[in-house]
Amino acid sequence: MLLAVLSGFLFACIAPVIHGARPLAKSYYGAGWVLAALPAVLFLWFASHLRAVGLDGEVILDSWTWIPSLGISLSFRLDGLSLLFALLISGIGFFIIAYAGRYLEGHKDQARLYVLLLCFMASMLGLVLSDNLISLFVFWELTSITSYLLVGFSHEDKSSRLSARQGLFVTMGGGLALLAGFVMLGMAGGSYELSELLSQRELLHDHAFYAPMLILIVIGAFSKSAQFPFHFWLPNAMAAPTPVSAYLHSATMVKAGVYLLARLNPGLGGTELWTMILGLVGAFTMFIGVFLAVRSTGIKKVLAYSTVMALGTLTMLIGIGTPTAITAAMAFLLAHSLYKGALFLVAGIIGHSTGSKDFMHTGGFRSAMPVTALFAGVAALSLGGIIPLFGFVAKELMLEAVLDAPLFSAVLSTLAVASAILGVTVAAIVGIRPWYGRLAETKVTPHEAPPAMLAGPVVLASLSLLLGLSAPLVQQWLLGSAITAVYGAPVEKTLSLWHGFNLPLLISAVSLVAGLLLFAVWQGFRRATRFTDVLAKIGPEQWYERAMVAITHVSAWQTRMLQTGYLRYYLMVVLSSMVALVLSQMWTYRDSINLLIDFSDLRFYEVVVAAVLASSVLMAAITSSRLSAVAALGAIGFTVALLYLLFSAPDLSITQVLVETLTVILLVLVLFRLPGFVKLSPTHLRLRDAGLAVIVGATMTLLLLSVNGTQYFDSISEYFIAESAPSAYGRNIVNVILVDFRTLDTLGEIFVLALAATGVLAMIRFRAEDKDL
Amino acid sequence: MNNMMSLVLRTTGYFLLPLLLIFSVFLLLRGHDEPGGGFIAGLVAAAAVCLHLFFTDIAATRRLLHIDPRDLLGWGLTLATLSGIPAVFMGDPFFTSQWVEMTLPILGETKVGTPLLFDIGVYAVVVGSVLAIVLSLAEAEE
Repeated sequence: MLLAVLSGFLFACIAPVIHGARPLAKSYYGAGWVLAALPAVLFLWFASHLRAVGLDGEVILDSWTWIPSLGISLSFRLDGLSLLFALLISGIGFFIIAYAGRYLEGHKDQARLYVLLLCFMASMLGLVLSDNLISLFVFWELTSITSYLLVGFSHEDKSSRLSARQGLFVTMGGGLALLAGFVMLGMAGGSYELSELLSQRELLHDHAFYAPMLILIVIGAFSKSAQFPFHFWLPNAMAAPTPVSAYLHSATMVKAGVYLLARLNPGLGGTELWTMILGLVGAFTMFIGVFLAVRSTGIKKVLAYSTVMALGTLTMLIGIGTPTAITAAMAFLLAHSLYKGALFLVAGIIGHSTGSKDFMHTGGFRSAMPVTALFAGVAALSLGGIIPLFGFVAKELMLEAVLDAPLFSAVLSTLAVASAILGVTVAAIVGIRPWYGRLAETKVTPHEAPPAMLAGPVVLASLSLLLGLSAPLVQQWLLGSAITAVYGAPVEKTLSLWHGFNLPLLISAVSLVAGLLLFAVWQGFRRATRFTDVLAKIGPEQWYERAMVAITHVSAWQTRMLQTGYLRYYLMVVLSSMVALVLSQMWTYRDSINLLIDFSDLRFYEVVVAAVLASSVLMAAITSSRLSAVAALGAIGFTVALLYLLFSAPDLSITQVLVETLTVILLVLVLFRLPGFVKLSPTHLRLRDAGLAVIVGATMTLLLLSVNGTQYFDSISEYFIAESAPSAYGRNIVNVILVDFRTLDTLGEIFVLALAATGVLAMIRFRAEDKDL
Repeated sequence: MNNMMSLVLRTTGYFLLPLLLIFSVFLLLRGHDEPGGGFIAGLVAAAAVCLHLFFTDIAATRRLLHIDPRDLLGWGLTLATLSGIPAVFMGDPFFTSQWVEMTLPILGETKVGTPLLFDIGVYAVVVGSVLAIVLSLAEAEE
């Protein structure tokens, strides 16, 4: 399973090569089909587990140690829930990548799109397969980052940069809350492994951390899944290219929050607090989403808001938590991914083949694009929840679950019925508006899309129909085990297309009629509800804007206060804090410190080296010529190197010599650019600096003497000396420590080095540009 | 800088440059057992290229490098990070070093391991950051 996750990242590395390969670049189909092979293979691999995991309900666990000392591992879990998600991610991923090959044909950054899409797919798979909270969190953040890069794909465009940043801030802010919640969950349950946590329901429910960790985790999930009040980022994320919107912002990534809630339901769910937060927020999001969908006219905006509605529905159903509700949630999840993926791809086709991006500029495309129109219609029927499509099955179950909800049934039912009516209207807008009526005037003459772009909508929409007709089979093979995983125990609820004449069916029929009537007076409805625009002015998006402005102000203020821009003040702050910390610690432990002062084995050459060192230091401090200051500093450096050599540390010595040499080279390059060497500070300031320097030096001397004389622990060097050759295959202990025993430290250091170099480069460039002006 | 070039510097430079570069590779490879290693070797290589910069000009040095030093930064970090991955497939924690011992025709008993890859990554980062700074400083000079 590790390979299944990593293969996406590996493939992403070679994607630009494949994309640039000459025979592919010139061929009609492009690299999209080749790259789509990976999700196809992954889909088949996951599908091969359908019998064991889906039908027989097995759970496959697989684990690699990562940081065992912290209880963090790369452990994976394939059960019904993760299988359902993995199939959706890889299956839809296949169509998306093939589609992107044609949609952005010839775009200069197409290779980047492939790389990001593949990275995203791998992160998303990692997220749904993780069994460890921390690795789940890492993949969670990776999806946020890839989403940020994908939303900002057209980075020359300011609005798409802003949308990308907004999505990133909202989801990352939620991510921080989520991490805190995860840590509390891990502390409460004594493990970061989901398989261990989820079986401790009572322990978690009664724990003192229950309420805070639930709220933190829910904030994380809500921000990712665009629940109120975080719903505003999702429609803005539509700045991304359409295949990206279809994949990330409807079928997969935004469902990550829902996935997490479903995953944690057996451990955390079932309390009144859980039902209250999830149920009410979900229901409200559902209603506000569908309402805004009807209010909008942009094709992708309508679809985005109806995705918000679907995410709200899912959250609400998980909150209700009854067997019917969980069954409904899983069915709705599958139905929504299929029809919404198809509809987004259709939206992309409309944009690509006609140039229209708004429902106001569409109409009568049916004759020019018959295939697209047909399958858009099928998908829209599923969106509207009309028999015999799978969306119908899901909607009936949803209504049944809401009517039987143990808590808040009246509120939830009212919102659900209202949403069902408006949902039908949205389906009609999408399924009828572009295709029938008078032919709209468009920039591009409408034409049918190429096969690579049609494949997705055709297959996904057909699946909506097929799965609807074979609903019991779907439950048996796929959804049953997912429902078990979410509910925590097997559920006796069967999925079927026909539930007989009951209340949900009546509601469906009524909402169908009401929804269609509403569609007939769509423009009137939009005018009549214009007063709600006032609400947007005080809504959550404004809170976000205010918060961003406030952050900028605070940052500017603290920069003025703390970042004076004078090196001497930084040095003074750093050095005096260091002295204060060291001295206060030494004072605390003053009784156990022995100062080891012993000159008995002093050699003559040591005295000489020390004398050279001391005189160079003096020279550097009092000279009034820059060149002699540099020379004195060089002398200090080389003398220190000599000291290292004398005390048998050749590696340190070589490094010191080389660094000194390179310092000279750097100085040669900048020496002539520096201003004249004049004494700027008056005498009392120089005295103050000298005083600080003496204090720092004295503290360090004291510290070193006491380190030599006091031993709290056995030195770790013995271990390194003993283990270096046998277990690390190296006799140079310094190097073995650098590249083997403490590799992570070194890795951190080279990252810092690279960052520092980048920073210096930026400064040099800004200087150069300033001069040009 | 061209008119300031000294013939002595130029002549010795052309001899020293390859020697220094070979020496840096030597330091890199032997680092695990004797004094040396990626950091030191990287500094030697960077110093050698700086020498070249002093007896020719920036354009010639950039040609000599073939690769932008800023790219070296990225490649070095990537290589160093990737060297941790083989361990994961062997069932060990990330960055556990993996060694293969073999007998090669000329070198005799030789061992190759992921720490060497890591050290090469360090080497690239060190060369990259020093040269990136030096070259752009030299460019700003002109």
